[in-house]
Amino acid sequence: MRPASDRAARRLRAGGLALPLVAFIFLSFLAPLGNLLTRSVHEPVVADALPETLRALEGEWSGGLPPDAAFDAIAHELPVARETRQIGPTATRVNRRESGMRSVIVKTARRVARLESRAQAGEPWRQLLPEIDEAWERPESWQAIRAAGERFTDRHYLNALDLDRDANGDVVRQPPERRIYVALFLRTLVVSLGVTVLCLLIGYPLAHLIANASAGTSRMLLLLVLVPFWTSLLVRTTAWIVLLQQQGTVNDLLVWIGLVPDDARLSMIYNMTGTFVAMTHVLLPFMVLPLYSVMRSIPNVHMDAAASLGANPTQAFVRVYWPQSLPGVAAGSLLVFILSIGYYITPALVGGQSGQLISNMIAHHMQTSLNWGLAAALGGVLLLAVLALYLIFDRLVGIDKLRLG
Amino acid sequence: MPTDVHVVYEDVRKSYDGSTWVVHGLDLEVHRGEFLTLLGPSGSGKTTCLMMLAGFEAATEGAIRIDGESVQDLPPDKRGIGVVFQNYALFPHMTVAGNLAFPLEVRGMAPAERAERVERVLRLVRLEGMEARRPAQLSGGQQQRVAIARALVFEPELVLMDEPLGALDRRLREEMQYEIRRIQRELGVTVVYVTHDQQEAMVMSDRVAVFNEGRIEQIDPPEVLYEEPERAFVARFIGENNLLHGTVLGLRDGFCDVDVGGIAMRAACIAPLKVGEPTTLAIRPERVGVGDSPDRYANDFEATVDDITFLGDHLRVNLSIGEIKDFVAKIPNVTGQGGVLEGDRVRLGWAALNCRALEAVAEVPSPQ
Ligand SMILES: Nc1ncnc2c1ncn2[C@@H]1O[C@H](COP(=O)(O)OP(=O)(O)OP(=O)(O)O)[C@@H](O)[C@H]1O
Ligand SMILES: [Mg+2]
Repeated sequence: MRPASDRAARRLRAGGLALPLVAFIFLSFLAPLGNLLTRSVHEPVVADALPETLRALEGEWSGGLPPDAAFDAIAHELPVARETRQIGPTATRVNRRESGMRSVIVKTARRVARLESRAQAGEPWRQLLPEIDEAWERPESWQAIRAAGERFTDRHYLNALDLDRDANGDVVRQPPERRIYVALFLRTLVVSLGVTVLCLLIGYPLAHLIANASAGTSRMLLLLVLVPFWTSLLVRTTAWIVLLQQQGTVNDLLVWIGLVPDDARLSMIYNMTGTFVAMTHVLLPFMVLPLYSVMRSIPNVHMDAAASLGANPTQAFVRVYWPQSLPGVAAGSLLVFILSIGYYITPALVGGQSGQLISNMIAHHMQTSLNWGLAAALGGVLLLAVLALYLIFDRLVGIDKLRLG
Repeated sequence: MPTDVHVVYEDVRKSYDGSTWVVHGLDLEVHRGEFLTLLGPSGSGKTTCLMMLAGFEAATEGAIRIDGESVQDLPPDKRGIGVVFQNYALFPHMTVAGNLAFPLEVRGMAPAERAERVERVLRLVRLEGMEARRPAQLSGGQQQRVAIARALVFEPELVLMDEPLGALDRRLREEMQYEIRRIQRELGVTVVYVTHDQQEAMVMSDRVAVFNEGRIEQIDPPEVLYEEPERAFVARFIGENNLLHGTVLGLRDGFCDVDVGGIAMRAACIAPLKVGEPTTLAIRPERVGVGDSPDRYANDFEATVDDITFLGDHLRVNLSIGEIKDFVAKIPNVTGQGGVLEGDRVRLGWAALNCRALEAVAEVPSPQ
């Protein structure tokens, strides 16, 4: 028996060895995740740029417009924001609340200095600002600033769910032409389910074949499954383009056989079909490998036993083989489903317009529209959806039943 | 016991690879209600014979009949044969009751009757109260009982068992041997049982078929197999025998005189031998008299004691008779002392009837 202090020291040393790993997980996984979730609700830009203005905007406004203090404060703060280069982001965020406000704010920030002398002379900013832009006489402009000045906002999440707040602050649905994300989420869900089912339909017999073939054949088949796994995703996706495009191999073959007339070549790529085909191919190994590992552990003699007990091959499969392969089915399906729900590259390359998924929209907001808050909220919704599915799965099947390989 | 024929193998041959026979021209009749054991060394084709009967392997040539009907084209699930596999093959995702109900379910039996049958068969194998357990929650012996119960629950007339006790320890194995025998007697089913343990075969069987290289060497009740082995292989495989190789000098009245390395011996002539032919003599060690009065036996020699091993109920003595080394005799321990010492010269003898002249151990028959 070792003394307790010795054991504690050993545990400490073991913990110390694991420290780099913990740090790595934190830096590479938890920190970005936390950053993303923070961004989706935290928007300090306007609040930091216009603190005095926002304070003046609090409380009741008489006659629809804010008190004079607000005009004074914004006249003072806009030029400062311009100097600290915060005017662009600030204008963008206010503009998301009330379109047209971007130019109003940028223009005002630039011209305030010229009116400074008249302000010194006693003219109030309440009269001077409308000279720069009459938008300052509209309550909507000020409401937009006040709304954009909230540090914490549920706007991105509402937006991600096609919701909005009306003038009374009640949650309402977006007008029909602006409802895009819910439909996209649903499409992503359907595509993910479809890809999972396809992978299962192809992967189950394939894994069964590999698990029950002779050692040589089994190794060969496993290699065939794995080789695509090791080649670049881009190469594989491009290969599908070559195969499936209008002048591609498959269409050529169909035309040559006479199954399809030359002027009605099938469009199998840059649409949903392309997304389905390429994603199923890319994700198939994630289905086959867990299935194979589980199936290999099911003794062949069980099927013989079932037959000796009077079960025909169908009954033997349904009652004896399938239930024992379920942990593999569950693991493979969960893997494929979760991977495909966040899939990005393949739909982007071969999905065309109709084959885009939610991740492509997230990428769009990250890279093109630069609305990181919305991108983060969309990502957050996705994360929640996956977590919910995981919990449902755990309830129905049990995570401990998973066999990932 | 009624001896109507239940199963027949007619000149059955089996080859897995198309070039070597693992079963050569097997002829075998299994009687109804009989406990028949296939006994033989590893690789002698016992499992293959059993699997052909169960329907998991097809006979390459010949026919297998059950109740006179060829089962050539009958798939295993239509044969209605209970099979107990070596590693039980219980379904791990079902409870004990689920495993037992499975053959009844696939036969479309009503739940109430199913439950009653399951209960009855659990009582038969003495596992009452284990219905809700999973196979993984049972001991090896209990799993074994479930496997047997599952093979019996749909009331087959024929049950096959392939080394069902191989995974159990000795004590449990002996207990289960007795249990299986009891159950078989109680139900009156026909059992074809595979083992490579001759002790097990002796304890359980009505008849034992001794397999060697895909052939049956001899098929007889255990005591006949022990007392009257007809082939050198059987003499060696069942119990213990001194096997001496010699040449036939003369034949008379079912006995023969044999020259073994210059020593003449008298033996019961079992194989159809002719003068001048080689032969193998089989003598049981416990039928050898050591230090008895002279002239009691037809075979009577001087021998030297090389080695003595004390084994409780008997002494095992290794002797040399002239050039014949490693001749074994067993002396029952009746007096508490054997009366012989290493290096002693002793008299050694055995009756002609206890010395069986068999066909010389032939070359192993080469597959075609
Ligand atoms: N599926 C198979 N494919 C090819 N050869 C086989 C197959 N099964 C058995 N054999 C061969 O057939 C011969 C007889 O095998 P079998 O399993 O019948 O022997 P056994 O008497 O049951 O042996 P054991 O006591 O070791 O179980 C062996 O040489 C074995 O290698
Ligand atoms: Mg065997």
